[in-house]
Amino acid sequence: MRLHVSHITKSYGNKAILSDCSCVFGKPGTYVLMGPNGCGKSTFLRICALLEQQDSGEIAYFDDSSALVKDITLKRRITLVLPRTGVFNTTVFQNVAYGLRIRGLDRPVIKKKIDAALDFVGLAPKAGQHGRTLSSGETQRLGIARALVLEPEVLFLDEPTASIDEENTCIIESIIGSLKKEGRSTIIMTTHDRDQAKRVGDVLLVMKNGRMEGLDLQ
Amino acid sequence: MNSILSGFTRAFELIFHLNAELFGIILLSLKVSGSALVIATVLGLPFGALLGLKRFPGRDLAISIVNTLMGLPPVVVGLFVYLILSRKGALGFLGLLYSPSAMVIAQSVLAIPIITALCHSAIVNVDPLIRQASRTLGATPGQETLAIIHEARYGIISAIVAAFGRVMAEVGAILIVGGNIAGYTRVMTTTIALETDKGNFELALALGVILLLLSFVVNAVLHAVQRKGMVPSP
Repeated sequence: MRLHVSHITKSYGNKAILSDCSCVFGKPGTYVLMGPNGCGKSTFLRICALLEQQDSGEIAYFDDSSALVKDITLKRRITLVLPRTGVFNTTVFQNVAYGLRIRGLDRPVIKKKIDAALDFVGLAPKAGQHGRTLSSGETQRLGIARALVLEPEVLFLDEPTASIDEENTCIIESIIGSLKKEGRSTIIMTTHDRDQAKRVGDVLLVMKNGRMEGLDLQ
Repeated sequence: MNSILSGFTRAFELIFHLNAELFGIILLSLKVSGSALVIATVLGLPFGALLGLKRFPGRDLAISIVNTLMGLPPVVVGLFVYLILSRKGALGFLGLLYSPSAMVIAQSVLAIPIITALCHSAIVNVDPLIRQASRTLGATPGQETLAIIHEARYGIISAIVAAFGRVMAEVGAILIVGGNIAGYTRVMTTTIALETDKGNFELALALGVILLLLSFVVNAVLHAVQRKGMVPSP
């Protein structure tokens, strides 16, 4: 895995969110981006996940040296889990199936992958339940299952435990721990909880005022 | 009072004895309104989706115009369609006036704003997180649009059902452009108007009962669709 972010800037109106932000994610592992609220962590993640376009600067993924990556094939190798999961108006199973269906996978393959993903996040017994009846912690796990089922090479997690209870926070941290052990994806996540960052991260990055200020290798 | 009661009795006799004239009228009503609904859906749904999904100059004005057109008086629509289809009108050469096609056009004009406005409303009310979710899961722009339309599906079905209710009950426009010709352009609502004028309440009441039944079915479908779209209690 290689993600090279160089000299990214982003403003909303007159407000600069990211200014000359650079970083290299070279080795596989779990990177945790920390910083106070409003420092630009989420914007950085959304730009890295190709959900938003930077004003200037370059992003290069894998061995692709193109400056502006818009290719859908590349987009499908990475996935972002947002702090609030948008749940489709259907069952938990169908929610997880969405990403696989748009990739044109066969039904038996989809079923097998979904069963495994739901089992991984502990939602297997709720597969047939309506997605919008889940608790906020379960909803966040649904968001993670929806991303994991796609087996992304890079998994972005934006404040995955920001608005959920302690029990679900523990479950999500243990899911991240299991993912680390499996080593299938590189994880890049944001949090403002330093203790959590230490618990789950291999590399801690600190962001301040829209810039990458430091790198804290454990 | 007696005439109303005897009217109802005769009406049910007509319905249950499968009166040929009555069923011809019902069939034509369904054909005209069904065709108008298909045309209005084919045109109104994409336009409603465009208004709901895209930002472009003049969008707000377009939304205001569509919302205003929802309340179009049928007789005004009938008048305009009449003028366009009449011999000296822009489409007079087609010779459509006083034909079922003219009635379909008039009803389509009435239904398009309803479907457009209600579809726009259904789509614009879809949680913005749905668009982001589909994008983060690797959807192409086209798949993203389909995901949003799919989320709005219950609202869209409600829009179509509401438009059907409106065109089925409409009388002013089709009377002007169709002419209420027996066996050719005579539909339920125009027949009720005509037979009431003539004092022939039996057929008018029979058709009134059927219109009410159709209205009931339409509303029952609408209610079922809305219930299906509701998130169940945890």
